[in-house]
Amino acid sequence: MASSLTASLNPASSPDLAKRAELSAIDASTRAPALYFFGSSVLWLLVGTLFALIASYKLHTPEFLGDVEWLTFGRARTLHLNAVIYGWASNASFAVALWLMARLARAELRHVGLLFIAAAFWNLGVTVGMVGIAIGDSTSIEWLEFPTYATPILFVAYALVGAWAMITFRFGRAKHIYVSQWYLLAALFWFPWLYSVAQIMLLFEPTRGTVQGLVNWWFAHNVLGLWFTPIGLAAIYYFLPKVLGKPIHSYYLSVLGFWSLAIFYNWAGVHHLIGGPVPVWVQTAGIAASFMMVVPVIVTGLNQHLTLVGAAAALKYSPTLRFIVFGGVNYTLTSIAGSLMAMRSWAEITHFTHYTVAHAHHGMYAFFTMVMFGSVYYILPRILLKEWPSAKLISLHFWATAGGITLYVVGLSIGGIAQGLAMNTLPAGADGQPGAPVAFMEVVADMIKYLEIRTIAGVIISIGHIAFAVNFTWMLVQPRKTGATEPTLFRNAPDLEAAR
Amino acid sequence: MNRAPLIFLGIFFALAFSWTGIILTNHLSYAKLQPVFDETEGKAFPQKLPGNAERGKEVYRDLGCVYCHSQQVRQPGYGTDIDRGWGERGSVARDYIHEKRVYLGTMRTGPDLRNVGARFVGDAGRDWHLQHLYDPQITSKGSIMPPFRFLFEPRVIVGEPSPRAVQTKLPAQYQPPAGHEIVLTQRGEDLISYLLALKDPALYPEEAARVYVPKADPAEKKTEPAQAEAAK
Repeated sequence: MASSLTASLNPASSPDLAKRAELSAIDASTRAPALYFFGSSVLWLLVGTLFALIASYKLHTPEFLGDVEWLTFGRARTLHLNAVIYGWASNASFAVALWLMARLARAELRHVGLLFIAAAFWNLGVTVGMVGIAIGDSTSIEWLEFPTYATPILFVAYALVGAWAMITFRFGRAKHIYVSQWYLLAALFWFPWLYSVAQIMLLFEPTRGTVQGLVNWWFAHNVLGLWFTPIGLAAIYYFLPKVLGKPIHSYYLSVLGFWSLAIFYNWAGVHHLIGGPVPVWVQTAGIAASFMMVVPVIVTGLNQHLTLVGAAAALKYSPTLRFIVFGGVNYTLTSIAGSLMAMRSWAEITHFTHYTVAHAHHGMYAFFTMVMFGSVYYILPRILLKEWPSAKLISLHFWATAGGITLYVVGLSIGGIAQGLAMNTLPAGADGQPGAPVAFMEVVADMIKYLEIRTIAGVIISIGHIAFAVNFTWMLVQPRKTGATEPTLFRNAPDLEAAR
Repeated sequence: MNRAPLIFLGIFFALAFSWTGIILTNHLSYAKLQPVFDETEGKAFPQKLPGNAERGKEVYRDLGCVYCHSQQVRQPGYGTDIDRGWGERGSVARDYIHEKRVYLGTMRTGPDLRNVGARFVGDAGRDWHLQHLYDPQITSKGSIMPPFRFLFEPRVIVGEPSPRAVQTKLPAQYQPPAGHEIVLTQRGEDLISYLLALKDPALYPEEAARVYVPKADPAEKKTEPAQAEAAK
């Protein structure tokens, strides 16, 4: 294992010279668009973090910036969500998807100028949308808040990226379609479908009544399940074996995991409407699908776990591996929590509470965002041909984000359960019969400490983001070293020490 | 062997399946629900919002009220929505048919607002909303709702005081200096109209026949599946 570890951490040490030359040509072709997407994603991450802190602080101290209309909670929160979803996570996804697709298909990206235009359009669209929300043009439809004058710009950008990934796939020299590519192809195909149907059926030619709720949650949950999740899993399926220098445990498990996800995740979104004024059969279908998600989650988790077994010592050295494994483990945890949340009895308590907010961050941050961080740590040195300038900053980034999000999820989940129990169960009265519900203002008062914990967690996470942004910028501006370089690791692996 | 077309077909049908099931089926089956004409009242229910309330709904949208306030009352026996006085009955799909945009909501940082127009009524209700929007602490000490003072405008009184001045409705510590007044903006006015108009009518006969009504005897809980029908 020791020799393969060195080989996989440093592509220059791969034994096959021709393969190395091909890889570096492919990596070089992705440099410009990947840098554009990554650079803008980091900027949006900082913007999103700032709005997150403002929104979080306002929720326990409502007078904070109370007279600034464009930062009122309803808008600051929405600015946070859209900055991190469409700014950070989608930009990062584009970079990772294009880079992975080029590598796995063994094809250089052609005409990268058009991808540059796509990146420019995407970021223009996000900027226009953000300004729209700030000036009061938000649609107030969750996950679709960007006003209708921003979305066509996004659509053009997406069409270009999607088409380019497909073309790269089509022109690839690779005979075999690796599981990561399945996820990438699916994600790139599903997202525009979801987005355009939701736009048309909610904004341009809205359907009537609560069917809107169904469209909304079919879209919003599938953005997680059929756009971000496949990208995240594609990255894990690529980087985990790559960094460890060993193949994925089971090909068949990865096939099973993919198709069960494709079939069940689709239907799960309705669980956001449990108990609501939509037909009960469709709620039940959503609950069943949510529960069936246990299958792909366990299968994928097991496959990845078994790949890691016996090589876990590499976690001490590799930044990429550490972020990816943290993300992978949390994918399993958050998905199982999500399946349970869809149960009617548990949804009765947790629906409408901060538990849902904690769960959303568990998935979008502890899983997806951490995997994207890990991917950036792997990809950037290969396209820039430079090493990360500071291992200490990477370490700070990891511990601040991992610690912060754990505090966030645990704290707010406990708070959410307390909130749900107080809201939805009738305390026994003097006669032993169910009495009056707990007064609403009492529930609010009880929640404040959890909301404060959330702000503290947010500050810790922000420290990690600043460390990341500093390291990222430093890496861009530092001059390239000539001669042989070594990868930036948390500490040197024993075999690297020996090689010195 | 090139399996790309096969994979692509699978990917296509996976989403087509849920799109057909969740969206198309429901769109065809109940997006066409119609209002019900009530012979005794001579009106069809649910009724459309009056114009100023419809404008107020736009303010509700642009300020993002939906992120803390749901607009759906769950059926009796599921949660304590009705015990909390958020409605006399659970919401049904027909309640929403006139709404160009439906704000069901997924969060209850604040109370459900589906029937807030039944809780705060008339001039007293208007005054309550005025105070609550100006500073939620006036009416609800300890609330974490932000103040919406930007829906009000402090002004110097020139000539006659404005008929829309509202400082007389506010407690002593909120009074502007002499010669000044606080005027409710048009947006504030519209938002309050919307909140006063938000309420669902009595249950439509068609749904009434199906709605589960909780029995005093908990043993009767077995009839709960009937509740399931209610949402249809």
